[in-house]
Amino acid sequence: MNKKFQENLISNAIRIAGSSSIIFILLIFLFLLREGLPALTEVAPKDLFNTRWYPIEGLFGLLPLLSGSLIVTVFSILIALPLGVGTAIYIGEIAPRRVNEILKPTIEILAGIPSVVLGFIGILVLSPFMRETFNLPTGLTAFTGAFLLALISIPTIVSIAEDALYAVPKTYRDAAYALGASQWQVIWGVVVPAARTGILTAVMLGVGRSLGETMAVMMVTGNAPTMFSGLNSFISPIRTMTATIASEMGEVASGSTHYHVLFFIGILLFIFSLIINVSSANSIKKRTAKSRAQVVS
Amino acid sequence: MKRSTAGILVFILLILSACGSRNTQNNAQAGSNSKQAYIENKGSDTLVNLALAWAEKYQNAHPEVQISVTGGGSGTGFTALINGSIDVANASREIKPEEIEEANKNGFEPIEFIVANDAIAVIVNPENPISELTLDQVSRIYKGELTNWKELGGEDRPIVRLSRETNSGTHVYFLETVVRLGSKEDKAIFSADTLLLPSSEGIISEVSDNPNAIGYDGLGYVTKDVKMIALAKTAGEPFVLPSAATVISNQYPVSRHLFMYTRGQPEGVEKEYIAWILSAEAQAIVTELGFVPVEPVEKQ
Repeated sequence: MNKKFQENLISNAIRIAGSSSIIFILLIFLFLLREGLPALTEVAPKDLFNTRWYPIEGLFGLLPLLSGSLIVTVFSILIALPLGVGTAIYIGEIAPRRVNEILKPTIEILAGIPSVVLGFIGILVLSPFMRETFNLPTGLTAFTGAFLLALISIPTIVSIAEDALYAVPKTYRDAAYALGASQWQVIWGVVVPAARTGILTAVMLGVGRSLGETMAVMMVTGNAPTMFSGLNSFISPIRTMTATIASEMGEVASGSTHYHVLFFIGILLFIFSLIINVSSANSIKKRTAKSRAQVVS
Repeated sequence: MKRSTAGILVFILLILSACGSRNTQNNAQAGSNSKQAYIENKGSDTLVNLALAWAEKYQNAHPEVQISVTGGGSGTGFTALINGSIDVANASREIKPEEIEEANKNGFEPIEFIVANDAIAVIVNPENPISELTLDQVSRIYKGELTNWKELGGEDRPIVRLSRETNSGTHVYFLETVVRLGSKEDKAIFSADTLLLPSSEGIISEVSDNPNAIGYDGLGYVTKDVKMIALAKTAGEPFVLPSAATVISNQYPVSRHLFMYTRGQPEGVEKEYIAWILSAEAQAIVTELGFVPVEPVEKQ
């Protein structure tokens, strides 16, 4: 009797722990909806899709912020993808174990550097360097932010891409080598294509990491709410959604239109990262289903 | 399981409400027990260093009084004052009518004290040959009408505009006084490509590093690494560099008052503290930190 009670207590406690994250996400989402949706009635949708963000004068155009987040995220992935996947291939396929013993912990250290520290280095070193090297008006640009974001998302991409490469059965490689393929041909023609869904997942999670990062971008992108205007935007100051929330939420009067719009930006970010996570989870599911099918046939 | 979840929520709510009531308890303690008094002081980032220096000096002389000082921006301070989580709000702008209304709704009248003066210096990189501008020129720079230093007789360099974030009292003050030249009808705003930096230090460091940049900052934050611009109200008037003397004599056109606000007429410890802040001893600290003291009323 007593034992059964204990058993029940423990299993219930574990059940609560297990479902708590779902409950928290639901509560967070409900909270975001409650605080953010009034924005849609207080500001005409037409004004939300305006090109000027200047909240203290009631200008709530979200387009420059969306454009800013998009520019920084896309460029950070353009930098991080080749570096991250290249590192994963080197670790998984080429490097001798001795090198891996140094390389893998080093990448984990990179993941552990607080983004505010990277932002600090960005302000003091990277931004002046960019300005002088490329003769820009200012070094606080989208590119500087994208470069820091690449550093931040590389560890995520490396570790997941490496898992994906590791999951490719050894028999694939053996078969390719038996046909006389070189190491490069094996990697590029067999292993990477076989792991492509996993690599895609890695990139998607990297995108999620870049999109949500706040501190580093706030410090080095200049926070000017400019619109996308071709390649030039790459080397201009921009303002991201996350930086906007972070720098304005502290000041805003709770319940005001500005407050609701900031929460509305939060909803957009939440939805974006949800889409990214769901689509990467789907590709994982597909991959496992496919590899099972292959084993059976 | 449902019941347990509800239990957790109730628990969280209890903790939250305990946090909320912490202050009223403190205040009650301060009222009943005069030996340990507690003043919670929050608001303008422009004032925060000065408020900290005052608090430190005052606590040394009055160990029975504890003063906690935090920044966050003038609006943050007013919000906290209205919510009742602080006793004294620091502000670099006057309280807005809607904030007074909110305060009245919560049952008190905010009382204003001018505790110091601040001048906003327009700064450029020391390499920039330009050293004098009229307010109208600065306004046109920030509105995006002037984009190259060449147009002002300087080098052929693009102008990079730096500003504080929109939540800063300094930003609002600069917008009203310089960008709109003090005109209430003028609805001009900063050019969209103005860089909004999160701190005063960020502006100083970018201006000292970047020869294209122009920025503005409270006189107290200006360091030797940047060059201050002498300003003239209109083209015909003399160009004046910001300093304590030119602010007090009202020659420098971009200067303002810094305020403290209390919940109703201050009493007891708070009253003594504010009286001390207006004394010569406390106002000496104002000068030390690069702000401009309040001229004692008795002199006039």
